[in-house]
Amino acid sequence: MNPGLVMYEEEFRQISGICDRLTRDANAKVVFLVDKNGQLIAASGQAQNLDTTSLASLTAGNVAAMGGLAKLIGEKEFPNQFHEGERESLHMSIVGGRVVLVVIFDAKSSLGLVRLRVKKAGEELGRVFDHLAQKQAMPGAQSPFAEITDDDIDNLFSG
Amino acid sequence: MSFINYSSREINCKIVYYGPGLCGKTTNLQYVYAKTAPEAKGKMISLATETERTLFFDFLPLSLGEIRGFKTRFHLYTVPGQVFYDASRKLILKGVDGVVFVGDSQIERMEANLESVENLRVNLAEQGYDLNKIPYVVQYNKRDLANIATVEELHRLINPRGVPEYQAVAPTGVGVFDTLKAVAKLVLTELKRGA
Repeated sequence: MNPGLVMYEEEFRQISGICDRLTRDANAKVVFLVDKNGQLIAASGQAQNLDTTSLASLTAGNVAAMGGLAKLIGEKEFPNQFHEGERESLHMSIVGGRVVLVVIFDAKSSLGLVRLRVKKAGEELGRVFDHLAQKQAMPGAQSPFAEITDDDIDNLFSG
Repeated sequence: MSFINYSSREINCKIVYYGPGLCGKTTNLQYVYAKTAPEAKGKMISLATETERTLFFDFLPLSLGEIRGFKTRFHLYTVPGQVFYDASRKLILKGVDGVVFVGDSQIERMEANLESVENLRVNLAEQGYDLNKIPYVVQYNKRDLANIATVEELHRLINPRGVPEYQAVAPTGVGVFDTLKAVAKLVLTELKRGA
């Protein structure tokens, strides 16, 4: 089976920093980063009023569906998508083949600005995720499960 | 594919409910949603047609509690069961940690069950998973209906691997949580094994 994604404190701080900066530089309302499987990795900006879990799952569903469409017409994937709403718009881009960077913005920003800033942030995020993958592949990389016993798992379901 | 986050101390896993059209996958999730405390669940999302058939997926995020200081969260998904939605089913299986096969106990649905198990095997293989190795449980749903196959028959046809199996009546909740707990436990045990 494929190894799961593991996020450590240090990389999480770097990723959050990149998302915070992107929110400011792109004049965005919200920026969030989602694993292609629908797990939310980081959120920045006015995310507290949003159901980020649902957003993450639907983003992944959307990217997966568009990826399926891309393959049907002979493309590898559609790395960038833009959805324009009456007030708010949404930009999605695939970073490092593994995660999706989503920017929600309104009339205070523009598609051009968002695209420009996303490109730079995407490159930075790509480097962090490369590093993360290397760290995870190192022998002796810790998993919290190494210390978990069968009893711990049983206890979770005994209630 | 699990996601372990040391920063927020969370373990996230993905479970997919698979099975033929109208076997009760969405009903399983609806029952879990209805019976789970508000603080342990997120919003349930159903991407369905106007006639309430699953079009893309249902999604339900659940918290199961803590293991050694890590919150365990499970994302439950259903696939669309109708045969012609196969492209969508493949997408939902991406990154799956555990599978529930919901079988329809009615004799006239036996062929649909078999076709769906085979479809699951093929679609998992396309994603690099082996149905014989992945955390997997089987549910025999609709046990309250007339004209149903015996559990022995269902076992022989749908569950030759002999994975944990549960009888269920999803609308009233019979077997629903037993099924969920069994697959969640297998997923965590598998993660531990791989650690």
